[in-house]
Amino acid sequence: MDIFGVPIQALMGQLMLGIVNGSFYAVLSLGLAIIFGVLKIVNFAHGAFFMLGAFTAFLLAQHLGANYWTTLLVAPLAVALFGMLFEWLFLRRLYGLDPIYGLLLTFSLVLVLEGGFRVAFGSSGQPFATPEALRGTLNLGFMILPMYRGFVIVAALLVCLVTWFVIERTSLGANLRAATERAELTQAFGIDVPRLVTLTYGVGVGLAAFAGVLAAPIFHVNPSMGSSLVIIIFAVVVIGGLGSIMGAIVTGLGLGVVEGFTRVFYSEFSSTIVFLVMVLVLLLRPAGLFGREEG
Amino acid sequence: MPAKTPLKTFALSSMVLAMGAASGAMASNGFSDDVVRIGVLTDMSGIYTDLSGEAAVEAVRMAVEDFGGEVGGVPIEVIYGDHRNRADTGASRAREWYDNDGVDMINDLSNSGVALAVAAVAEERQRHAISNSASNIGLTNDYCSPYVTHYTYDAYSLAQGTGKTIVEDGGDTWFFLTVDFAFGIGLEEQVSEVVREAGGQVVGAARHPLDTTDFSSYALQAQASGAEIIGIASTGADAINAINALSEFGVSPDQRPAALLLWYDDIVSLGLEAAQGLLLTNAFYWDADDETREFSQRFYERTGRMPNMAQAGNYSSTMHYLNAVEAAGTDDPDAVSEQMRELEINDFFASGGYIRPNGRMVHDQYLWEVKAPDESEYDYDFLRLVATIPGEEAFQPLEDSSCYLLEHNQ
Repeated sequence: MDIFGVPIQALMGQLMLGIVNGSFYAVLSLGLAIIFGVLKIVNFAHGAFFMLGAFTAFLLAQHLGANYWTTLLVAPLAVALFGMLFEWLFLRRLYGLDPIYGLLLTFSLVLVLEGGFRVAFGSSGQPFATPEALRGTLNLGFMILPMYRGFVIVAALLVCLVTWFVIERTSLGANLRAATERAELTQAFGIDVPRLVTLTYGVGVGLAAFAGVLAAPIFHVNPSMGSSLVIIIFAVVVIGGLGSIMGAIVTGLGLGVVEGFTRVFYSEFSSTIVFLVMVLVLLLRPAGLFGREEG
Repeated sequence: MPAKTPLKTFALSSMVLAMGAASGAMASNGFSDDVVRIGVLTDMSGIYTDLSGEAAVEAVRMAVEDFGGEVGGVPIEVIYGDHRNRADTGASRAREWYDNDGVDMINDLSNSGVALAVAAVAEERQRHAISNSASNIGLTNDYCSPYVTHYTYDAYSLAQGTGKTIVEDGGDTWFFLTVDFAFGIGLEEQVSEVVREAGGQVVGAARHPLDTTDFSSYALQAQASGAEIIGIASTGADAINAINALSEFGVSPDQRPAALLLWYDDIVSLGLEAAQGLLLTNAFYWDADDETREFSQRFYERTGRMPNMAQAGNYSSTMHYLNAVEAAGTDDPDAVSEQMRELEINDFFASGGYIRPNGRMVHDQYLWEVKAPDESEYDYDFLRLVATIPGEEAFQPLEDSSCYLLEHNQ
């Protein structure tokens, strides 16, 4: 069976890959959306933290012989700590200033991190082995899906849902949302808002690093692996609606699928389609698909 | 009006001064600015940093030191710059170097887009440019110039090496994964020609942007094409990611990937486990003979890595340029150009090499196979020689070149 001259099998295959990519977009844009929601900082360094996650995992495996599952846990925590330190030392001095300052600071962090890793590890990257247990392939009938990619979808969605649950359904999340809306009032209730903010940045950065560890066996660990992704992630957050948690997750997955379909019909256009969608959404719904108009 | 006279006088005298300075720039000893200045224009921060970058600059510095640091009584100076893989950045840097900084020769020029743009500037400004890391054969065809030399290899030689060998080995239906700019498209064209000439068939191609991380959808397209050979017309990180994706998606046993431009550094990055059995056409391998080992050892001590073919070419071509300057007794571009085409190149890099009128340096190319991990006996022992491709066969026949300098095109 063909759809517009494309065999349905090819279409299903690309759809599946779209979901895999969409999972990365979802985890990354979720972190970005949380950070923007609470800190009002445009975290340009998100791609660099993604890369840092992958490199931390690589270094843990290389020098300490850590297995994949340990790195999946430890690397995001380590990067989150680093992110919190960065927030505590630098970023918090910029709250209340024009967002452009935050953007410039985080962008400079990208240049420093990427440049540093390029000097230390070169530009062509380091190999990262797929964990033994996930080496095989799954025959889905319409395509051969490497087991690891299937795992990526499951792990990414799980992390997204847990994050969403914590923010929307727990008291910690409630405090966080309160601090976002009325920081001073929340503080008056005896909640340590600055610590909450640091923690939020840590969680956002940790999510990026988690995606980085997930990506390491697929993408070959190299210093620029985050920079090509980060632009798309920004588009995802804008389309989903700035600061919207569910918006970021759903849009991330959705755009992965849209991109996958575009690859089937007109491959050259696949790197542009996300931005076309962004333009359309901004024209029709300036607050994004899931965003609320601020009155 | 008398009021204007002082201004006129001033203008006139500054013009005279400027003319004096201009003619003074070519000093009586035949050397402009009393220095021979070489600019290394390379990728210092992007995807091709490992292939050229800092190590390319070091190779040129080594050549200058080995030459003695001066030529015809004037010092030789090396400067470098980053083209950031952008043709416009490369061209404007080249213009600045030629016009304001007195650069006599630009070397390396990784990235075909940049190399073609700089070749046009070199022709316009009548100064030398030598490309060692770019592959597009436009440099010795439509963009050729008396001042432009294409030294180490090109897309034609890659097609004659890896491409032809695989076709002769029975791989006659091809699908290409091509990086979407001058380099990838030029390489795809050259290899397609070889495939068709041998009676094979090109069933399709997928184009991807430079610095792509996710090749999974292209891997699926390649699978669906049913082609026997999946030609990877990209290099560096792109080629590595493509090879990984193809192996991850388990390209069926009757499909084989063929990386059309692999560098020694790509093998280091892939690791022998993943890279074993891959073929590569390279003009140089550090472990080929005593001379290459001697150079490579010195290079390793300075840079911490073994030289690849472009870095070796940067050294050899700088040496050749300086020999030509010495023989000409001047850095006048026309005189040097004549000597460069006159003198034969015999060093660790090439034996009996010579530069054709269209700027193509002709020398032997080699087809290598990556060793299996258990065949590798010592550090950096990665490649086994499969075949030597004589220079005359490796490069485009002169009569096919569209270079305007050739008689048949005049």
